[in-house]
Amino acid sequence: MTWVLVIVMVVATVLSDLLQSFEMKRAGEQSVGARGVGRLLRMIVARRYLLLSIVCLAFSFFAFMALVQSAPLSFAVPVSASSFILETVLAKILLKEHIGARRAAGCLLVLCGVVLLGK
Amino acid sequence: MPLSSKTTRTYFLLVLFLALRAFGNLSLAWGTKHLPETLAADPLVYIRSMLHPGISVGIAMLILALMVRLALLSVADLSFILPMTAIGYVLAALLGRVFLHEAVSPQRWLAVTLIFAGAALVSSTPQATSGNVEGSK
Repeated sequence: MTWVLVIVMVVATVLSDLLQSFEMKRAGEQSVGARGVGRLLRMIVARRYLLLSIVCLAFSFFAFMALVQSAPLSFAVPVSASSFILETVLAKILLKEHIGARRAAGCLLVLCGVVLLGK
Repeated sequence: MPLSSKTTRTYFLLVLFLALRAFGNLSLAWGTKHLPETLAADPLVYIRSMLHPGISVGIAMLILALMVRLALLSVADLSFILPMTAIGYVLAALLGRVFLHEAVSPQRWLAVTLIFAGAALVSSTPQATSGNVEGSK
C-alpha cells in the first residue's frame, strides 16, 4: 500500500508541476502582495491548465496525507523527491528549459542524497 | 526591474516557500498520526480529518506555500526551483527528528549532506533560461 501511494503521489506531482510551470510562464511575472493574491486567484480560475494542475495536486496531496499517516515524515517527504529528476528531464523536453552541465551535476547529487535518505 | 532586486526577491520567495512547506508538512504529519481512523480510498474520511487542528493548520500553511510557489515559478525556471526545493527534504528529516522523535540514521544524515552540496551547486546557475520572463520586462 505504501508504494501504491508513492506512485500515485509521484505521477500526480509531475503532471501538476509541468502544467503549472507551462501556464505561469505564459502569464508572465506575478507578485504575492495583498492585490497579487487576488490576481493569482482570478488567474487560477481563468486558466484551464492551471486548474487541471491543481486537480493533480489534490490527488498527490491526498496520497501524501495517507502516506505520512503510516510512514515517518523523514521517509514520506524524501520519497516524494523521486519525481524531480523525471521533472527536470521533462522540463527540458516539454518546456524547452536549458539544463547546463553544472545544474545537471547538482541535480544528480541531490538525487543520490534523496535515494540514500529514502533507504 | 534591476537584476539584483529580482534575485533578492527570488530568494526571499524561496525561503518563505521552504518554511511554509516544511512546517505545513510537520503539522499535517502530526495531525494524521493522531487521527482515530485510517486514511484510505474513502473521500469522506479525508474531509472529516480536515477538522483536526493539526491537519487544518498544516493545509492552510501548504496552501500559502502553493501561492508563494506560483509567484516563484513566474520569476524562475522549474528546473531551478525543483532542486532548491530539495532543501525541504533536509528540513523534513530535521523536523521529523526534533518534533516527531523519528530515528534518523547516520546514513540519512550523509544523504542530507549530499542534498546540501547538490543544492548549493544548482543555486550558482542562472534562474531563468527559457527567455520569455526576463525578455518581456
